[in-house]
Amino acid sequence: MSILVNKETRLLVQGITGNEGLFHTEQMLNYTTNIVAGVTPGKGGEWVLNGKVPVFDSVQTAVEVTGANASVIFVPARFVGDAIFEAVDAEIPLVVCITEGAPIQDMMRVKQYLSSRRTRLIGPNCPGLLTPDEAKVGIIPGSIVTSGNIGVISRSGTLTYEVLYALKQSGMGVSTCVGIGGDPVKGMNFVDCLELFEADARTDAVVMIGEIGGNDEEKAASYISSDMTKPVVAFIAGISAPPGKRMGHAGALIEGTSGTAQSKIQALQTIGVKIARYPEEIPGLITF
Amino acid sequence: MKLQEYQSKILFTMYGIPVPNGRIAESVAEIKQICEELGGRVVIKAQVLSGGRGKAGGVRVAKTIEEAEAYAGQILGKEINGLPVRKVLVDEMVSIDKEIYLSIANDRNSQKPLLMASSFGGMDIEEVSRGNPEKIVKRVIDPLLGLRDYQLRDVAINIDLDRAYWQEFSTIINQLWKVYVDCDATLVEINPLVITSEKRLSALDAKIVLDDNALFRHPNLSDFRDINAEPPTEIQGRKIGVSFIKMDGNIGCLVNGAGLAMATMDIIKELGGEAANFLDIGGGANAKKVEDSLRLILEDEKVKAILINVFGGITRCDEVAKGILSAFKEIHTKIPIVVRLVGTNDEEGLRLLQGTDLIPAKSLHEAATIAVRKAAEGNA
Repeated sequence: MSILVNKETRLLVQGITGNEGLFHTEQMLNYTTNIVAGVTPGKGGEWVLNGKVPVFDSVQTAVEVTGANASVIFVPARFVGDAIFEAVDAEIPLVVCITEGAPIQDMMRVKQYLSSRRTRLIGPNCPGLLTPDEAKVGIIPGSIVTSGNIGVISRSGTLTYEVLYALKQSGMGVSTCVGIGGDPVKGMNFVDCLELFEADARTDAVVMIGEIGGNDEEKAASYISSDMTKPVVAFIAGISAPPGKRMGHAGALIEGTSGTAQSKIQALQTIGVKIARYPEEIPGLITF
Repeated sequence: MKLQEYQSKILFTMYGIPVPNGRIAESVAEIKQICEELGGRVVIKAQVLSGGRGKAGGVRVAKTIEEAEAYAGQILGKEINGLPVRKVLVDEMVSIDKEIYLSIANDRNSQKPLLMASSFGGMDIEEVSRGNPEKIVKRVIDPLLGLRDYQLRDVAINIDLDRAYWQEFSTIINQLWKVYVDCDATLVEINPLVITSEKRLSALDAKIVLDDNALFRHPNLSDFRDINAEPPTEIQGRKIGVSFIKMDGNIGCLVNGAGLAMATMDIIKELGGEAANFLDIGGGANAKKVEDSLRLILEDEKVKAILINVFGGITRCDEVAKGILSAFKEIHTKIPIVVRLVGTNDEEGLRLLQGTDLIPAKSLHEAATIAVRKAAEGNA
């Protein structure tokens, strides 16, 4: 088992003919992800990557023809809102948006729309998901992860890779890694993913990588304390970050006195979550 | 992107939100004519993107033209929280019966817009929130439906607004919502919205923050950007395509990825050092960007050591190492530079760095330990 993506995933790539879309489609295919279709309006009927993937004009048609059950989005930021609406209206169960820089009000409208729909959204501004040896949906480098029993959830990109690599170096494997993204308004959050890992038979422990800004980590602490039986280890980035400055990610901002790394670390430590001081310390803190 | 008060008031006027009569001035020479046009007493307000203008002496009431000129002269020469005042707004003086706080902002918690109002206007809303949280009325707005009329009445009732003003107040909130949506704002705030002794509502102050991600939809608003309002190094960072924030320490950092950049600064602090900057070089790490970034870091004379921390995922570490080496052919510095490469082909990447002045490190802990020690030696 695993969460969200696996061998059954039939992936659609929105924005497949762009530079990023095409490059990462090839990477995902090399990881043996089952990519069934691409969408670029105006390029329907073409095939990309030496005839491996058919391109459609609309998500609806692509789903009807290929039975796609997940979509990964690489379209430019200004088209992100529309691309997600299109995927949701085509009733794709899982939509993963990699693109960074989506306007926040677009995302608020998307989020509101999703509340009455069945689609799950991951991102935007995220590295996507990876279930080792089964499916890579997004841009997480496959070579740095091996299959195992640890679930990973992260708001970051390269910091996640760093942790995955540290786990691999210590001989530990991953059930699924979910990059939930660094934007203030986004799809699934820590709690949503923790619920899935708690229910996943293959996951025995979870690593959570948070950062300054918002209170998702505090909400996660409250969920872990009331509902989680599996051990959780966390790393929270930004203990040295000054207030009022956006640290690269749109969502990484200490506003007034809220969203500090200290408050997140304290909330998690209080309920018994082990906190790593730096990413390489994480593997040593995992006990089953 | 934050707008200046006078820019926000231009937008308010376009949307029919009442503001005091006012003019913008960049020199004392313009003040006399403005005062004659406005008549009576005026308020001179420094136009800087900083809170606490009043406390810093950036807002003065003048009874005569001579006073107005004198105050304008003082304020135009001032720096407020490190920002030079280049413009003053001269507003007609308004007599105030009551002050109200009103704003619409992105609320991270609900992931929706949030309308906030309070009968405690004219004060720092964060202070009100700490001392009298029950005095702040909050209503979450459905971003697809917009504001409902009952919500407007509800807010008016809950801030004890006299019924005589409900209609005008509702119109102002509706227009404020339009500004928020049309401009892709993250915050629109009127503090205070006053009831004047002539029984009219007027926005005495105005604050708008725009979503940088949405500026492509608003080329006209991008013209409002005041480049003097941002630290020069951050502007330079944007020019070379990296995310850069100046810090106070002496260890320069060059990292790919925002989260990893923060984690790198954190471990430096954990080991007793201080980072000189946050720098996210983004994906890859090509020679040109590394070179530009190092020049930017080295502009800070306090920097005594540099830590380069790059995770090679899709861009392999040997490619990154080649990029760093070629950047160093262009840059000559005696400052010790620790390079930590990890990820795909990291052994090969580190091998390429051997025999150069660069100090290779395998783990983040090791790299940070060396950088902190070198920086301390450099300071001694």
